[in-house]
Amino acid sequence: MKNDNRRLSIHRRELLAGAAYLALGASRSSATVIFDHLPWTPNAGSPPSAASLGPWHFFTGEEGRTIEALADRIIPPDPETPGGKDSGSALFIDRQLAGPYGHQDGLYVRPPFLKGAKNQGHQSEKSPAQEYREGLAALDKCCSAQFAGKVFYELSDADKDRVLRGLESGEFKFDGVDGKAFFEQVIKDVQTGFFADPIYGGNRDMVAWKMIGYPGARYNYLDWVSRHNEKFPLPPVSMTGRAEWTTSTRR
Amino acid sequence: MDDVDAEVTMARRLPRRDVIIIGLGWTGSIMANELTDEGLEVMAIERGPWRDAPTDFPPTYMQDELRYRVRHELFLRPEQLTFTFRNKTDQTALPIRSWGAFMPPNGVGGGGVHWNAEMWRFLPSDFVVKTHLTERYGASFLPEDMTVQDWGITYGELEPFYDRFEYLCGTSGTAGNLRGQIMQGGNPFEGSRSRPYPTPAQAQPFSHTLFGKAARELGYKPFPQPSGNLSQAYTNTLGLKMGPCTYCGFCEWFGCSNYSKASPQTTILPYLVRKPNFSARDNSEVIRINLDKSGNRATGVTFVDTSGDEWEQPADLVILSAYTLFNVQLLLHSKIGRPYDPVANTGTLGRNYTHQTISTVNGFFDPKKFNFNPFIASGSIGMCIDEFNGDNFDHGPHGFVGGGYMGQVQTGARPIESTLVPPGTPKWGAAWKTAVKDNYLSTVKPGTGVHGSFYAYRDIYLDLDPTYTDRFGRPLMRITMDLKENEIKQNRFLTDKFAEIVKAMGANKLDVHYRTGPYDITTYQTTHLNGGAVMGTDPTTSVINRYLQNWDVPNLFVLGASAFPQNPGYNPTLTVGALAFWAAAAIRNKYLKSPGRLIDA
Repeated sequence: MKNDNRRLSIHRRELLAGAAYLALGASRSSATVIFDHLPWTPNAGSPPSAASLGPWHFFTGEEGRTIEALADRIIPPDPETPGGKDSGSALFIDRQLAGPYGHQDGLYVRPPFLKGAKNQGHQSEKSPAQEYREGLAALDKCCSAQFAGKVFYELSDADKDRVLRGLESGEFKFDGVDGKAFFEQVIKDVQTGFFADPIYGGNRDMVAWKMIGYPGARYNYLDWVSRHNEKFPLPPVSMTGRAEWTTSTRR
Repeated sequence: MDDVDAEVTMARRLPRRDVIIIGLGWTGSIMANELTDEGLEVMAIERGPWRDAPTDFPPTYMQDELRYRVRHELFLRPEQLTFTFRNKTDQTALPIRSWGAFMPPNGVGGGGVHWNAEMWRFLPSDFVVKTHLTERYGASFLPEDMTVQDWGITYGELEPFYDRFEYLCGTSGTAGNLRGQIMQGGNPFEGSRSRPYPTPAQAQPFSHTLFGKAARELGYKPFPQPSGNLSQAYTNTLGLKMGPCTYCGFCEWFGCSNYSKASPQTTILPYLVRKPNFSARDNSEVIRINLDKSGNRATGVTFVDTSGDEWEQPADLVILSAYTLFNVQLLLHSKIGRPYDPVANTGTLGRNYTHQTISTVNGFFDPKKFNFNPFIASGSIGMCIDEFNGDNFDHGPHGFVGGGYMGQVQTGARPIESTLVPPGTPKWGAAWKTAVKDNYLSTVKPGTGVHGSFYAYRDIYLDLDPTYTDRFGRPLMRITMDLKENEIKQNRFLTDKFAEIVKAMGANKLDVHYRTGPYDITTYQTTHLNGGAVMGTDPTTSVINRYLQNWDVPNLFVLGASAFPQNPGYNPTLTVGALAFWAAAAIRNKYLKSPGRLIDA
């Protein structure tokens, strides 16, 4: 073993006064070097961008009607709280599928794609966007074959639920698509949209948070941590505030 | 000194530094601060971005469950680097395409950014577990394929460094054993501590106190979980000021902008970065530790910047302080040490890889009588008991070893993941909606309520995958991992005990989730991955010595939970930090005086 017994040498580096982030020129590394003080930049973080209202970004008109019908059976409206459709879960899924999530951005998508055990995780080459497109088409195809040409959103609520219970139990099968897995994904996404911050298009006016008593994107419960078995009295707030703060722009 | 390997001559060479630190998380920050105190020129190289508490996690939009929890905003992107996984050696490992069982960190602060900040010390017997269990129960009591071993360090040796890390972080808690004296209200099973916690325990919400009461009535000795989310303002040992936690319920998966959660950002970096002999480079991934021709001396590292250009950074001392899996992976790619072969039982690198055996019991209470406001919490809040951890109870009649703490340690009630319904409720439709509405405020969801040990086995290990590659074309690291009978038995025993307490709290209905095999890579089970480059006294069963110095390359130290020979029933970070201080003391007091092997192999 080569054993260098001299004490490690001490170098003092010349400092560029006031430069915390030193961007090195092309002749040197293009990475940044941080020294002397924290590289503070105002508003350095990236705030979330609000889902725009308006037409579908990913779904076709037909698909949109189907996903809205699915959302309303997964979360049916009741007199106090709107269902999945009116609370925006379909819009939420549309914007998610049109964005990074829909295209597996950031995930590991190198081949080979082999079929593994369930506990080895999702191994499909298909993005969520593709899986929705195929799943919705398969749903309408099967409904149409079984209900005299009617697609899913045209069925009665009782028939819709019959189809969905069949998918859940595995009795109602799709052609070439795993209907059970597809429905599980739709349930998960509709419910996620219902409980996510309204900035993403679902949970409109925080209806889901009002329903369960979640006070939202609050920040300080110091006065409440030791008040036991008392209902927290304040209404919820979202990252975009509350509807009554911004009525002039939200109408 | 200046010989350069043929394979690195393609990279351009940067000016030499005394010390290069790979990864600027907890251990890298601690080591950088200690070694700059010696006057050494230290540079940290971090794969991910620089992150600052108030600008990167602002309270105007940090409470975002979708972005940070569901879509994994702060974590490494699997496209950049992932692992393959299988249960058994005769299976084909497949890539983890999206994170599930654990969440690898990325960026300055590492896991210290988005952890829950539980600050547990390990039990004295945990460090000598092989000796202890063999003496108490006989060697034949341990499963034949179990490869637990002693750490090569004792609790007493580590105690001053536990203390240093606790005081750096301002840890909130109630001492249970002060200089040998058992204290009321603390954990009576903990090892002797030299000082009380720097700040008192956090306040406890309703359901957490209810657990404490029920446990006490059942004859246990509950105590508040030690917390790196502070109960009050604190000025730490480096003069940095922290604020009291506001119980916002967004700790795990999230960053804290309030300077309330201990992290490198809140406890070290603002102090460290002002030192003239420290610098850091972000968005730069170290792809190799370079060796000289002898193979016994590191000459520095090679990293890739954001343009994809390779750079060689020479250094006299290399500190590997990345996350557990990345430590082992970089050693494998750098061909330092002998890869472990479970069949021949040779080699050490990748051996004794472990996780954590966790489970939970959700309790559904009468909504007319109980309102828990479950969204009020911190990441490390809660009341716990330690009667069933380590060897705190007689394992003789039960036929397993190990154990864990248990408690109501609910970290909030973020609604996407915390809208639970009683067992038997439909998963969708009107009945589901009504059940969610009725139960949200009156459900206890402890999360990692049972937090058990995970001991090491001969055929659970890490090596390089034969098929899948990363963005540089290097093999991914392969995880071979399963749950063994010992851990499954342990979990059943502990979960049943836990369920009794949740029932005694007054729950009408319980939803009991035992941990069962096979090990599932899609279900979150903490990010407490350990081992693969373990510490020890014998170079044939360890990668680093008791000072975390590599046996083969003495100017390389490997920090982090990759050093754990097996995993006790606690969260790892306090021990990870204490070991970093311990290794730093060895470098400062011994190594710098005579660079070379601190222990003869």
